[in-house]
Amino acid sequence: MKSLAELQALRDKMKNNMGIRNDDEAKARIVVGMATCGIAAGARPVLAAFTDEVSKRGLNDVAVGQTGCIGICQYEPVAEVFMPGQEKVTYVKMTEEKARRVVAEHIVNGNVVTEYTIGANAK
Amino acid sequence: MYRSHVLICGGTGCTSSGSAQVIDALEKELKKNDLENEIKVIRTGCFGLCALGPIMVVYPEGAFYSMVRPEDIPEIVSEHLLKGRIVKRLLYQETVEADTIKTLDNTDFYRKQMRVALKNCGVIDPENINEYIAYDGYQALGKVLTEMTPAQVIDTIKASGLRGRGGAGFPTGLKWSFAAKYDNDQKYVCCNADEGDPGAFMDRSILEGDPNVLIEAMAIAGYAIGASQGYVYIRAEYPIAVKRLSIAIKEAREMGFLGKDIFGSGFDFDLDIRLGSGAFVCGEETALMTSIEGHRGEPRPRPPFPAEKGLFQKPSVLNNVETYANIPQIILRGAEWFASIGTEKSKGTKVFALGGKINNTGLVEVPMGTTLRTIVEEIGGGIPNGKKFKAAQTGGPSGGCIPAEHLDVPIDYDNLIAIGSMMGSGGLIVMDEDTCMVDIAKFFLEFTVDESCGKCTPCRIGTKRMYELLDKISKGKARMEDLDQLDKLAHYIKENSLCGLGQTAPNPVLSTIRYFRDEYVAHIKDKRCPAGVCKELMNYYIDETKCKGCTLCARNCPVGAISGNVKEPHIINRSKCIKCGACMEKCKFGAIEKH
Ligand SMILES: Cc1cc2nc3c(=O)[nH]c(=O)nc-3n(C[C@H](O)[C@H](O)[C@H](O)COP(=O)(O)O)c2cc1C
Ligand code: SF4
Ligand code: SF4
Repeated sequence: MKSLAELQALRDKMKNNMGIRNDDEAKARIVVGMATCGIAAGARPVLAAFTDEVSKRGLNDVAVGQTGCIGICQYEPVAEVFMPGQEKVTYVKMTEEKARRVVAEHIVNGNVVTEYTIGANAK
Repeated sequence: MYRSHVLICGGTGCTSSGSAQVIDALEKELKKNDLENEIKVIRTGCFGLCALGPIMVVYPEGAFYSMVRPEDIPEIVSEHLLKGRIVKRLLYQETVEADTIKTLDNTDFYRKQMRVALKNCGVIDPENINEYIAYDGYQALGKVLTEMTPAQVIDTIKASGLRGRGGAGFPTGLKWSFAAKYDNDQKYVCCNADEGDPGAFMDRSILEGDPNVLIEAMAIAGYAIGASQGYVYIRAEYPIAVKRLSIAIKEAREMGFLGKDIFGSGFDFDLDIRLGSGAFVCGEETALMTSIEGHRGEPRPRPPFPAEKGLFQKPSVLNNVETYANIPQIILRGAEWFASIGTEKSKGTKVFALGGKINNTGLVEVPMGTTLRTIVEEIGGGIPNGKKFKAAQTGGPSGGCIPAEHLDVPIDYDNLIAIGSMMGSGGLIVMDEDTCMVDIAKFFLEFTVDESCGKCTPCRIGTKRMYELLDKISKGKARMEDLDQLDKLAHYIKENSLCGLGQTAPNPVLSTIRYFRDEYVAHIKDKRCPAGVCKELMNYYIDETKCKGCTLCARNCPVGAISGNVKEPHIINRSKCIKCGACMEKCKFGAIEKH
């Protein structure tokens, strides 16, 4: 170790890897419905795609989690996005590609992908 | 990236309650479910709640599972880790609320605690230096080496008010300034990780949970006093601690936190481990140094003090593990921050190993000045089976007991001395009404008799004589003169022993006489043990009116002391009875009594 700056850079990198162990930090949360209905409809790869995309982009203050049945089984796989200070957004009939787009547009740029939301799909 | 981190306690407490098997089962189950790239398993150090081990915490939810068994793992994996449904049944019950879970910090056990020395224990992976770095590890060393002079470091430690956590409470900054003063080609920094007090395991837990903090702090001490070599003296009976510290030293060398020219400052420092074989006296500073030198661990007279002539006759500093664990944070957060915690003369926090008759046995860290009542009743969750608090022993075999009347005294170095006990290293043993104080005093004296190194007469022979007197009292064979004799002997030993072991050995006796004299008198005059512990002074009886003649007691008596016909009251033959209590435990009708 040659300098304090080098150590600080290393710290920041390592801290990011451990970010999710910090339960009080305000951060975006993506939750995928992983009940039997969700898994049957293909929620596993969706969850994996979220995790992968978040990690690729180094979005270390974003937590990816799972939850039980949200109660709208006909729309599974379902994912909910919680951003600090905003209403929850519910995305339905998710796929891996959709998951990646939600990360890019909603999480990173802050634009809800309206066409995937429950509002746009409930007819 | 892992979407979830599972932390499992790998401290000694949880390891002995089976955490290794739980980790094994978890890793297998994750693999089976194809989750090993999504869920990370981390083996941490102690969380503190040892009574509820093995402990497992799942992030990001922060779900705190207690007493986890390998059989529970499939359910936790399929429900929680796969489907995201927390298995409430297995959570630490206090964290379960109607439909959410409380965070750990809000439970009774943690709410009144303040984690400074234990900051990283149960939070990071102790075998991965990067996790220590993520939590500001080695920042203090970097700051010290690049921005501060040795004198500034010493001044900061002095200003913080930090006092030694190994027992005596000597001001740490002052100690460092003494060693800094002596010029020498070689000086040493040592760490006392001998931890010989029965019931104490604070230092072990820090080593197991956060070994890098010790390395960082010792390097800072080395810079402050001008030493390039350090030794950690640790007992071989702590294999997990030794292993984790060895790994940490290796990683620290690889990353350049130990070795030559650290942080490009020109400062060199390296660290080695020396194993002790578990003699209590080797925790005494001069004996410890003698032992590191490769000789039999016996104390030597002071002066010269170690600051002048310590290890290998060179100026040396010796500090306790917990003392060191405070150093990096004092450097980073400032002396004023540290000095703002605690009481006027005792700053910061203290870690206690809570044991004995208490619900939450484990490790707690509280600000100095917290009352014993808070520790026992709130954090410790009170005394099991609705029994009454009688006393708490602090300072182990060198300390004394604190009776109920002093439950509200703020605990710090000076207050404990004033009430006849001492801080010691932090063992805190809670005793309930079923504890006999004569028996406790005898227990500690037996320990010191065993551990006295024998170099000086007052301690070697004196403690033995004290033990014999206590033994007589506990058997109802003593007279009142013996009590005076005990008192005289105690003061003589305190004043004339060479080292702290002998000087403090009489403390448990003196303090129990001070607060529970009537109990000694009951043993001597009435030949009675009020707590019903001392075997010689009590007998087992069968109450004829309650005995149904079921023969269960007779069948369980190991020495055949009970006789009687079926369906007729039984009797105990007092000359045969060895007072083991087996009959009383077995009797379903409560017909057997002891008094
Ligand atoms: C018999 C005896 C045993 C001791 N055992 C320990 C011990 O296990 N750990 C410890 O840190 N200090 C122990 N001490 C105190 C040390 O001599 C020394 O004061 C202490 O390590 C200094 O560190 P500190 O100033 O950081 O407390 C013991 C003292 C005596 C007399
Ligand atoms: S006081 Fe006891 S332990 Fe200490 S030197 Fe004397 S005999 Fe040894
Ligand atoms: S106390 Fe033990 S030895 Fe005595 S009568 Fe009961 S079982 Fe037998």
